Amino acid sequence: MLELLWIVPALPFLGFLILALIGSRMPGKTAAAIGVASIGLSALLTVFIGINFISSPPAGRVYIQTLWEWFNVAGLNPGIALRLDAVSLTFIFVITFVGFLIHLYSVEYMEGEEGYSRFFAYMNLFVGSMLMLVLGDNLVLLYLGWEGVGLCSYLLIGFWYKDPANGYAARKAFIVTRVGDTAMAIGLFILFTELGSLNIGRLLEVAPLNWPVGSSMPVLAAALLLGGAVGKSAQLPLQTWLPDAMAGPTPVSALIHAATMVTAGVYLIARMHVIFTLAPVVLTIVGVIGALTLLLAGFSALTQHDIKRVLAYSTISQIGYMFLALGVGAWSAAVFHFMIHAFFKALLFLGAGVVILALHHEQNMFKMGGVRKMIPVTFWTFLIGSASLAALPLVTGGFYSKDLILFYAFDGERANRWLYAAGLLGALITALYTTRMVLLTFFGEAKTHLHHKPTWIMEMPLVVLAVLSTFGGFVELPHTLGHLTLFSDFMQTILPGNQVAEGGISTELILQLTAAVTAILGIFIAYMLYYKNPERVTALRRSAFGSRLHAFWKKGWGFDWLYDTLFVNPIVWIAEVNKSDFIDLIYTFIAWVNRMFNRAFSFTQSGRLRWYAMGIALGAIITLTIAVFL
Amino acid sequence: MNTVPMESGLVLAGILFILGFIGVLVRRNIVFILLSLEVMLNAAGLAFIFAGSRWVQADGQVMFIFILAMAAAEVSVGLALILQIFRDFKTLDADAANNMRG
Amino acid sequence: MILLWLIAILMIGGIAAWAAAKWNVMLARWIALIATLINFVLVIMLWVQHSGGLTLGANAPWLLDFRWNWIPSFGISFHMALDGMSLLLILLTSFIGVLSVLTSWTEIEYRAGFFHFNLLWILAGITGVFLSLDLFMFYFFWEVMLIPMYFLIGIWGHENRIYASFKFFIFTQASSLFMFVAILALYFIHGKNTGVYTFDYLQLLGTVFTPKAEMWLMFGFLIAFVVKLPIVPLHNWLPDAHTEAPTAGSVVLAALLLKTGAYGILRFVIPLFPHAVRDFQIPGMILGAIGIIYGAILAFAQTDFKRLVAYTSVNHMGFVMLGAFALNELALQGVVMQMLCHGISTGALFILVGALYERIHTRDLNKMGGFWDEIPRMGAVGLVFALASLGLPGLGNFIAEFLTLTGAFMANNWITAIATLGLVASTIYSLRIMARVFYGRKPKVEKHIPDFNVREMIIMGALILSIIWLGIFPHPVLDTSRPAINNIIRTAAAKGSVSQLEKPGTLLPDKAGQVQFAGKNEKGGAR
Repeated sequence: MLELLWIVPALPFLGFLILALIGSRMPGKTAAAIGVASIGLSALLTVFIGINFISSPPAGRVYIQTLWEWFNVAGLNPGIALRLDAVSLTFIFVITFVGFLIHLYSVEYMEGEEGYSRFFAYMNLFVGSMLMLVLGDNLVLLYLGWEGVGLCSYLLIGFWYKDPANGYAARKAFIVTRVGDTAMAIGLFILFTELGSLNIGRLLEVAPLNWPVGSSMPVLAAALLLGGAVGKSAQLPLQTWLPDAMAGPTPVSALIHAATMVTAGVYLIARMHVIFTLAPVVLTIVGVIGALTLLLAGFSALTQHDIKRVLAYSTISQIGYMFLALGVGAWSAAVFHFMIHAFFKALLFLGAGVVILALHHEQNMFKMGGVRKMIPVTFWTFLIGSASLAALPLVTGGFYSKDLILFYAFDGERANRWLYAAGLLGALITALYTTRMVLLTFFGEAKTHLHHKPTWIMEMPLVVLAVLSTFGGFVELPHTLGHLTLFSDFMQTILPGNQVAEGGISTELILQLTAAVTAILGIFIAYMLYYKNPERVTALRRSAFGSRLHAFWKKGWGFDWLYDTLFVNPIVWIAEVNKSDFIDLIYTFIAWVNRMFNRAFSFTQSGRLRWYAMGIALGAIITLTIAVFL
Repeated sequence: MNTVPMESGLVLAGILFILGFIGVLVRRNIVFILLSLEVMLNAAGLAFIFAGSRWVQADGQVMFIFILAMAAAEVSVGLALILQIFRDFKTLDADAANNMRG
Repeated sequence: MILLWLIAILMIGGIAAWAAAKWNVMLARWIALIATLINFVLVIMLWVQHSGGLTLGANAPWLLDFRWNWIPSFGISFHMALDGMSLLLILLTSFIGVLSVLTSWTEIEYRAGFFHFNLLWILAGITGVFLSLDLFMFYFFWEVMLIPMYFLIGIWGHENRIYASFKFFIFTQASSLFMFVAILALYFIHGKNTGVYTFDYLQLLGTVFTPKAEMWLMFGFLIAFVVKLPIVPLHNWLPDAHTEAPTAGSVVLAALLLKTGAYGILRFVIPLFPHAVRDFQIPGMILGAIGIIYGAILAFAQTDFKRLVAYTSVNHMGFVMLGAFALNELALQGVVMQMLCHGISTGALFILVGALYERIHTRDLNKMGGFWDEIPRMGAVGLVFALASLGLPGLGNFIAEFLTLTGAFMANNWITAIATLGLVASTIYSLRIMARVFYGRKPKVEKHIPDFNVREMIIMGALILSIIWLGIFPHPVLDTSRPAINNIIRTAAAKGSVSQLEKPGTLLPDKAGQVQFAGKNEKGGAR
């Protein structure tokens, strides 16, 4: 069964090939069927493989399938080889399953759009690349998937290519992440130069033997890998591309910019955890980046008008939680939060997509309102997803995953009270903006009328994801509530565990109560501010300081402006000024000097006989003078 | 036999040469330029004659006869050219024939 | 003998095409196509025939050797030989040769016979350059490819063709005179040392110099190659020549002519002057890094599509310079890959620009935009090759750049780290192509643009297949060039003092001819 693993990524690639070559000539239904079926079969196969893997685990809990050797030069011999273990299994399950639901949803969402088959081709290519990213058994293959998903992200953000703004957003996404990728590439060079291999298993084995903890090489390598992770996962300081990436169709935002691709950074760090443990400084930086990002993005999410931008900032913020978890060494908690987040954030995006389509491509929340009666299924599922995002205690998956992170941040091996505080504050803000979003979108009076009513094709994925984002959390329950550790046990076949330092059940209970109270408090404040008496918020926003802060947060803390002034504009300016290449001036000057000489000499060739005679005479006189006097 | 001193002869030749040369430079009519050229040639010939008589050698006179022969050939070619130039340019102005200007 | 035929077929075909055009232009095209096709098939046969011997003969990398004493009194012989590296390069030459004849099928109407004569003679000259092992012959072919190229640009080029052709000629001619002087100096130094006056490469390899002489001679050779490559600040002929040349000319220039410079560095500069090369390593790598960054910035600024593509060559050839001076197997293999992949990807982009120019009669990016819905095939092809030039994994250029950079990183960390920034820069200009041509709103010109026809799709299909093949299964290519690359490293090492070579991270060949990882792995012990 496990040897069928190669088919999992092969199916989406096959779908892509078919759609890319002849997709434009087939009817839309066929194209959609191929696009959905390839991912569906892939998901089905993943489930079988997963059952097989868990019921009869291979030796060492890792299964490696080598397809062929990619290239082999002077000891650098990455293979096209797949590596299946607990971490990659979790990821491919989420990718194929959520991917399938989103593909299905797109069948209706994208109906009638120009380039329908192109859309499915890109989406299939994305799923294939993402699977290569998480399955690759060496960092070169991982890099292939890494760049591949970046490409698909670019193509899909710019899917509606006729609007230059979409093209700009797409380029921005690709280039900003490419900055991180370049850092990561240099990290790979260091790893290969120092350790002589880029095979993941080999690196994890060899690194602790060659490098003492905290020595300069692992710090450098880990910092550079972190650069790649930060770019892909839209963390500080490379987070600016994600809000703009919402220019793409909503299913794209759900799949790429919420559920899967943006968590690739989390995957990378979890995958290379040995290198990061050898560099505790970098690991601390990971946590700090996570904490800062989750706060910054949370405040920005509070001020957005566009529902998709709220969700985008919320994604940045939630990935910040995952980074925080990685930073405190809670590896499995990070992966757990990734999984739950993939469910509820995909759900939220898809729900938002239904609303947007229902209101004829209206994305401004202030022009929505009161749609809960019109699209009840969407409303209830969206509410479930929001509850999970806001970490409503006990009944949502989001509560359990976020609680686990906060618990380790407070009480784990690398506990840090500051990070914990940031996480708690972040939870409050999360509850605030989530409630605000739900209230603005679904409650209040209806401002527009319904344009498109979703059918089962769009509602089925919502329901499934709602179930998953609620019950998905129950695979890992804290000590106080039944103590189930299915997920972390599974993860810890690959990732190191995290010893809890002190306390016990009582500390844990207090922490949980705090988290629960925070979430409920956030929901309550938002209810008071945005529903009961919205005048107070309006007044606050009107005040001089308030309006400035509001604008500042809404623009994402001015990072775009900063990068434009620091990097983009100077480079564009230099390029513009140097368009005709100043070095060419040197050669033009040489040519000019020659031409000047030419003109000077040709002036003497006047064609006048008497001038020549004069020249002869002068020459003779000068020669004679020299001969006589010297 | 009363001989003219070498120095005055050479001065005479020099003056003639310079006169001829000035003629070449200042006259624009090609015929006059040719005339001036003849003067210069004869000045050189005169210098040869004086030198020949100073050292009592026949070489000076040989050179003069050589110059005479050359001048005759030169005049015949030169006059032919002048005719051709006059036909092409309808003028005898040497400066008009500056087609070889660089 | 077959090596001689490779050149002779092209030369004869060229003359025949010229003669045939007097009666029928189509006949001339067919003759040119058939001649290049025969060559391509011959080279493929050579490759298949020798693929077995490649892995074995690590010590004697020469697969074929042809020698005929031409002017024995001066030590000039007609010496041609083939090793893995030259095999790959003549493979590229014959492949691009076929495609360049095909691209000019409808583009060239004016004096088509003479055009094909020039095209085929350039190809012959390039093939000769890649095969000659006699420096006199090498110089001869080096000039043979120059003059027809001058005519190609000057007669069939665009608006500013005369300026461009002169610039091209003066740059390359002036620089190759330096090489000519260096060749003569090498000839006399070797003659004085050993009493044998010869131009034969294999005999000259053993020449001993004073350090100063070695440095000067290296510069003599290097300057000719570096101008061809080209390297900033000697690159200025390139954008003009590429922009003004007809499509086939640009393709041959970018895909093949630039490679002769890279080939020269690998074949002559490194093995003949290893000490000087080692002394020049850091400046050489810095020049490479400058080329990468500077070329990308210039490419980004252009508004002429063809000029943009031309500057990408400066960017990509920077990798060649960087890798060549890194002097280890990884980087040199990367350089060979880069030569092939750049040939394919930039060639394809030039063909695309040419096809677009045939349709809309402009190269100005400001007059383009939103072409995707009208010409989706061109868009898809453009996308593939824009991605290739930004080094997307899965396409050949990634392998090339990754190997080059990894190897270069072992030689020098900081320069390579800066050069790696070129990956971001190349992303910026590549995406700009897509944004300005295929995305965005359509400009006012509302004329229907026909998409690629069958002939053009055959060309592009061949190019796309080969770039993907190089990207996911480059084994055959790497195996072919390995013995040749190892031989270059070994020749350089044999002349050089070994202690100098034993820097950490440098690759050293051991006795069996295999290359091992030296330096770093002792301390680990775990590997």
